[in-house]
Amino acid sequence: MKMIPKSLMTLAGVGACAAFLAGCGKPSSGSGSAGADAEITKNAVASYVPPGEKDEYYLFYSGGHSGQVFVAGIPSMRHITTIPVFSPYPGMGYGFDEKTKKLLGDYTWGDVHHPGLSQTKGDYDGRWLFVNDNANNRVARIDLRDFKTKEILGPIPNSMGNHGSSFVTENTEYILVATRFSVPLPKGTVADLEDYESKFNGMVSGIKVDPESGKMSVGWQILTPPFDWDLGSTGKGPSSGWAFWTSYNTEMAHDQLETNASQLDRDLAAVVNWRAAEQAVKDGKATEMNGVPILDPAKVPGVLYYVGIAKSPHGMDVDPTGEWIVAGGKLQPTTTVLNFAKIQKAIADEDFEGEFRGVPILNHDSVVEGEVPVGLGPLHTQYDGLGNAYTSLFIDSQVAKWKMPPWTDAEKKDLNSVVLDKIPVHYSIGHLVVAGSDTMHPYGKWLVAMNKLSKGRHLSVGPSQPEDSELIDITGQKMRTVYESFTEPEPHFAQILKADAIKPIEVYPKAENTDPNAIWTAEEAGQVRKGNEVVAKMTAIRSRFVPDRLEAKVGDTLTVHITNIEQSSDMIHGFGLVENNMNVVLDPGETRTLKVKLTKPGVYPYYCTNFCSALHQEMQGYLVVRNADAVIPDDEPVNPASLEAVPDTNAVDGEPAVPATSMPEVPKS
Amino acid sequence: MTTLLDREYSFFHKSLNMWSRLILLLAAVIVAAAVFFPLWKLHLIAPQYADGLDMQIYAYKIEGGGLNGNDLDEINLLNHYIGMKSIEQADFSEMQILPFMFGVFFLLAMRAAVFGEMKAVVDLFMVASYFGVFSIGAFYYRLYSYGHNLDPTAPMPTEPFTPLIFGTQKIANFTQSSYPELGTYLLWVFMALLLAAIWFSRRAKVSGL
Repeated sequence: MKMIPKSLMTLAGVGACAAFLAGCGKPSSGSGSAGADAEITKNAVASYVPPGEKDEYYLFYSGGHSGQVFVAGIPSMRHITTIPVFSPYPGMGYGFDEKTKKLLGDYTWGDVHHPGLSQTKGDYDGRWLFVNDNANNRVARIDLRDFKTKEILGPIPNSMGNHGSSFVTENTEYILVATRFSVPLPKGTVADLEDYESKFNGMVSGIKVDPESGKMSVGWQILTPPFDWDLGSTGKGPSSGWAFWTSYNTEMAHDQLETNASQLDRDLAAVVNWRAAEQAVKDGKATEMNGVPILDPAKVPGVLYYVGIAKSPHGMDVDPTGEWIVAGGKLQPTTTVLNFAKIQKAIADEDFEGEFRGVPILNHDSVVEGEVPVGLGPLHTQYDGLGNAYTSLFIDSQVAKWKMPPWTDAEKKDLNSVVLDKIPVHYSIGHLVVAGSDTMHPYGKWLVAMNKLSKGRHLSVGPSQPEDSELIDITGQKMRTVYESFTEPEPHFAQILKADAIKPIEVYPKAENTDPNAIWTAEEAGQVRKGNEVVAKMTAIRSRFVPDRLEAKVGDTLTVHITNIEQSSDMIHGFGLVENNMNVVLDPGETRTLKVKLTKPGVYPYYCTNFCSALHQEMQGYLVVRNADAVIPDDEPVNPASLEAVPDTNAVDGEPAVPATSMPEVPKS
Repeated sequence: MTTLLDREYSFFHKSLNMWSRLILLLAAVIVAAAVFFPLWKLHLIAPQYADGLDMQIYAYKIEGGGLNGNDLDEINLLNHYIGMKSIEQADFSEMQILPFMFGVFFLLAMRAAVFGEMKAVVDLFMVASYFGVFSIGAFYYRLYSYGHNLDPTAPMPTEPFTPLIFGTQKIANFTQSSYPELGTYLLWVFMALLLAAIWFSRRAKVSGL
């Protein structure tokens, strides 16, 4: 076939778009001006990725209380895949096999809020994506080599309401966590809510990350008053080793927070020297609670400072230079810009306006560079690395673009003058993300606004409404919305990663499969029985399971170790066992183990659930479950050596076993 | 008539000049090098396999393309649907012989270069030509056997066929192409160099006279 030059294809695509949009884009206007049509065409081209072409960036957005992470492409905004993390996901067999069941533990949901990519020297290194679980106080690590959840840590001891995370430090030394809720500690202690101020505590935790394996552990914790910590971020460059969180309940209210936590004009934000905390623990200044070293900031000076921020603030975002920290005012139409150099100076000069429970409060006017009147309901701020900040305005349903300091004297006199542009979003924006904003070298270019309300912007799907994400081009002086997509509940924050920063595998190489129960030939497949345990090893390949017959009886526990012996991309097989609530999905080269307690006699088909080949329908077998008193005759295992090699198969000489290919005649019971 | 036979006799007993001997040395190196390069490549393209599946045949091995050589397993996997026997390197007995033969050609080319006899070159050329024709024939027979001994119980009954040895054809959803690779080109260069060695010494003196 003769290749059509790419430029021509693109042009053809644009032509089609233009025609389509001109015809259908604005049915009500009737007299769309040439300029408006040109604008529509321009936007369509900007986000159009022709079939067969790939996006330039990954967008990892949290799935909120779905417990998952969604992956989309930018600029197309096409949803590409879902990474199951805290909730079962039958589409990938997640939460059905023994390994992922263990990963989920006792929970079947989580509340994913803030994905954080691993960093080296303040830039994304493409190794891991960390996400928090606001509900069950956990942090998960996703490996970007295979886009799989590898570890779930938690519930974190002495920590309640894991909202203020997962903020990754400059070299992924720690995932930093601050508590949204406060409870009497250690968890499990009961106290009267009237004693909230005196008996309840919050916590800042440093989750240590092993630099090689990525394995997480709780490093240390800093005990705090019950302030309801909100969002934060980690320092970089000059602010390396520091981290910052807002709080919204310095009032320490325990009821009707809507009102009672909104009384003060300023809430105390935390300025944490996490490197000093790490050192203090090394120096033996910590006490222990539930095996975690705990620092009392009143007794370990230099670890924690406070600064007052107006009003019930939300996000607190360090800029790419590490010199400025911007907090969103939420109930006051300003963002507060803190100058890190001034924070350092105030600490050195002990320029404090007071203290709270032994922790100094920095003099507000000494450390604040200015309060920028961005608009109503400022929440989060992101950066393009070119000196511009972008703040989400929840109440105004807008994104404000404004100029970062240093400001001229004239600008300082009227900070309205640094607000450069505003663009409407639909509707009630929460987080926003600029590509690479939390690194030292943002990619800039794109901004995604994650809006909480879509309110009929889409085909009606009944009362359960999806969320709304808008793609905004920030390359020009004026922001430009080019695309809008709808997602399932509920993206909070997101991370954008350049596509070429990672090179995921598409097949698990056979050589890397260390599962002791993996088998790679049909000859090794079969089942053995010991007492009420039936253990089978099975292969899956286009288009058959070996064995395609399993034999057991009521009261047995059936364990099946299945290996997908394919090594070709996208040759995925599923193992669905009907009426037994079991669906395990196997990527090429993967081994998974399922266990089923057999309680009902009958013949239960199993079949490939993930469409694989022209003979996918034929890829099936039968599990025969006889009555409990059935006598299953002795038989030699097909390959006793391979079946006995692994301790947990429990194979024992002389135990009845059923070969893979030829089933013995079994007396009817 | 006597003259013709005399001329023939004296031609075969010509001693090789320096050019021919150097060319033979080069030919020896090239035929030895051919062992290390693929001789032939089968390439299969289908909609689901946009990058194609590759199978390369060396003197001593069969190698699949793709990640970790997986293309060969993939080809076999697909072939099992039509009941074709799995292509296994162990079944190719000639792969024991081929590297040995290349070594023999190397030694014979060195021998001809050192002895400097026209007849040694001509012998080598004749043996190598026979070997080449035989190998192509054997290769064709292999392909014929694979395509004609299909399991009648296979899921997709297929008319027996012979995969192309040279060129491109359509088989079901696949476009199969089969072409020589660098190793074979080196063998052709080897043959051409033998002819060149003969040509450059065609007017040389008869040895021992």
